[in-house]
Amino acid sequence: MSTSTQAGPALVAGPASSKSKRKDSNLRKWAEIIIFVGPALVVFVTFVIVPVIQAAYYSLYRWNGVASLNNISCSSPERVRGTSCFNGLDNYIQAFTDPDFIQAIGNNFFILIASILIQGPLAILVALLLNRKMRGRGFIRAAIFVPYVLAEAIAALSWSLLLSPRGAINSWITAIGLPAPSDGALGDPSIALWVMFGILTWKYLGFAVLIMLAGLQSVPEELHEAAAIDGAGWWKTQWHITLPLLGPTIRIWVFLSMIGSLQLFDMVWVTTSGGPLNSTNTMAVYMLKNGQTAPGYGSAIAVILFAISLTVALVYQRFAMRRDLEGAITRGVR
Amino acid sequence: MRVIKLTAIGIIMAASTLVLSACATTADPGNTGDTGTETVELTWWHNATSDPLKGVWEQVAKEFENDHPGVKITVTGYQNEDLQRTLIPQALLAGGDAAPDVFMVWPGGEVRSQVQAGYLKDLTTSAASSLSKLGSSINPWQVDGKQYGVPYTFGIEGFWYNKNLFEEAGIAQVPTTLPELNDAVAKLKAINVAPIAVGAKDLWPAGHWWYQFALASCSVETLESAIPQLDFSDPCWVEAGTLLKEFVDTKPFQDGWLATSAQTGADSSAGLVANGNAGMELMGHWNSGKIGELAPGGVVPEFVGWFPMVSVPGAAGLPGIAMGGGDGWGVYKDAPDVAVELVAYIVSDDVQKRFAETGSGIPTNPAGTSGLTDVNLKMVADGLADATYVQLWLDSALGPDFGSPLNQAVVDLMAGKGTPESVVKALEDTAAKQ
Repeated sequence: MSTSTQAGPALVAGPASSKSKRKDSNLRKWAEIIIFVGPALVVFVTFVIVPVIQAAYYSLYRWNGVASLNNISCSSPERVRGTSCFNGLDNYIQAFTDPDFIQAIGNNFFILIASILIQGPLAILVALLLNRKMRGRGFIRAAIFVPYVLAEAIAALSWSLLLSPRGAINSWITAIGLPAPSDGALGDPSIALWVMFGILTWKYLGFAVLIMLAGLQSVPEELHEAAAIDGAGWWKTQWHITLPLLGPTIRIWVFLSMIGSLQLFDMVWVTTSGGPLNSTNTMAVYMLKNGQTAPGYGSAIAVILFAISLTVALVYQRFAMRRDLEGAITRGVR
Repeated sequence: MRVIKLTAIGIIMAASTLVLSACATTADPGNTGDTGTETVELTWWHNATSDPLKGVWEQVAKEFENDHPGVKITVTGYQNEDLQRTLIPQALLAGGDAAPDVFMVWPGGEVRSQVQAGYLKDLTTSAASSLSKLGSSINPWQVDGKQYGVPYTFGIEGFWYNKNLFEEAGIAQVPTTLPELNDAVAKLKAINVAPIAVGAKDLWPAGHWWYQFALASCSVETLESAIPQLDFSDPCWVEAGTLLKEFVDTKPFQDGWLATSAQTGADSSAGLVANGNAGMELMGHWNSGKIGELAPGGVVPEFVGWFPMVSVPGAAGLPGIAMGGGDGWGVYKDAPDVAVELVAYIVSDDVQKRFAETGSGIPTNPAGTSGLTDVNLKMVADGLADATYVQLWLDSALGPDFGSPLNQAVVDLMAGKGTPESVVKALEDTAAKQ
């Protein structure tokens, strides 16, 4: 995240000596803004803002995506069965009364909370360990980071083969004399979500460690030295010096992790498609499963997912990241 | 500045899912022929992305151009799901020049919605001479008695089984009734083999088991009236679930069937059959190709055989009824008349024979069946010929919206989370939203 708070050189131009000069500088200012912001703005509006508005619009219709939209009400007796119609907020009501969707939201939040409570501390520990000079550090760093570099679909396919009832992991478990799950670890609805979380941890721990390691580089060495002189042990130093100074990094990671957890799709889709019995379903998977042939309903799910993600992001920024952002709004550059 | 940036990142990330769902794909604009001038340009979209079939279609287009001076055909093969779910719907919505002239039309509910939207040309009289050759396979492309699609391939579902394992288990003859199937399952279990493979992770392969039991428990009259009217009040729909539940309680499926996919990798249900790890699999006519892909060496193993779905003694369903589906061609409403001639040429005797020779499917024109070289496809073709009645896949027949909720309800039933009644309720709930 860039911390630059200086910008807008055009504004510092001194008081204009004449009207035409001011006009010139104004023109230049606008030309600069258009040239620099224009292309990005066009792309952002076309591919982000417009689809968001379109989705919100479609979400108010019952629609199979085949014919163009009709504005007739769904409850109107004149409507022909099978044609599209306007049904207000019914798609939203349907979503929130579908136990499968509620379960999907719950699963998203399970992954979110488990990531923060388990992946976070684990990543910090590994980062602290890897920040020390020791033998084999490069190898361990690479080993932890490799899963993150792997394509998600490839990793997911590998895991689903490994965890199949006839896969390697069940063979190993049986070989050492333990009872292996006969339906495979991802085939048993009671443990599938935890197994999914395990795979996600394997995949994303490297990313968290990388961020934490980067954060650790910004902790001044002198503080450690000063603490050592004062007689603080390694653990005490980490607890009282490193962790507090790592705060901004942790908070950013939590933010990214939350957004990732809410939008979770690829890994789940390839390994389980949300099954068995919806035990690993997520909002995005539900959206694809139920929205492909009913774009109106799918759009409503998309809007709900968007609203949840945005709310979580804004609330988190407002409360948790407040200190990191202190002054950013009040002293914003004009 | 930073807060704005972070908010922007949050919005972008959140919005990316919306982009996925709502972003409209710009359809490849094709030119509809202008009959006023000398040349007529036709656009033909199909789903063959690799040879030999892709080459056959290109060759067919060339031959047609040669026989019809002034006609120029742009023929393109797209990946099936892209074609069905994105390209064709978007092109038809855009209309005019963006819409292809000849394209694949899926039977049942899909052709019904396209007709309702006014996209398709009525082919009842213009293609009559071709249609008369194709037998009952044309029925699923009819809406209100009019023909809107011409099928070029049609097949039915049955059991793909392992002859060696059947022999080893002491199953002398392939089962023809449900009790015989139960017996075969018990014998296969006795030699420690997964009797039946099913890919319930993909939902629809499990759904097909319920469809088959619905065909066994409902009379043809019920099927013919209930499906178009979406009326599931007949008790046979609940009975289908009861029959299925009883069958599932004998534990006929492989370990982890809930999490098994249908066609991906050696551990999929097709892969289990291909590699000799399962006794049989209930699957459509395309399974020969899938088993071939997943078997060592890339060819369908010698031990694979086919037999039709078993009948259920004492149930109201018509014995010998089969369920299947196929692919057909539709013509855009504003397409020039020569487009209908192109469709007629595609299902002509010679082209159908060449289609059969590619092993891509079973031709609808009986004159083409002689081209079938694949032993298993021949067996499916014979099964189709012997069928007393052919019902289109229930999910296709009901309409695109039904597949997902119906199949999920069936999987829930099979896993003990739902009841026979909850499957019917899923159908009724979806019907209420039509």
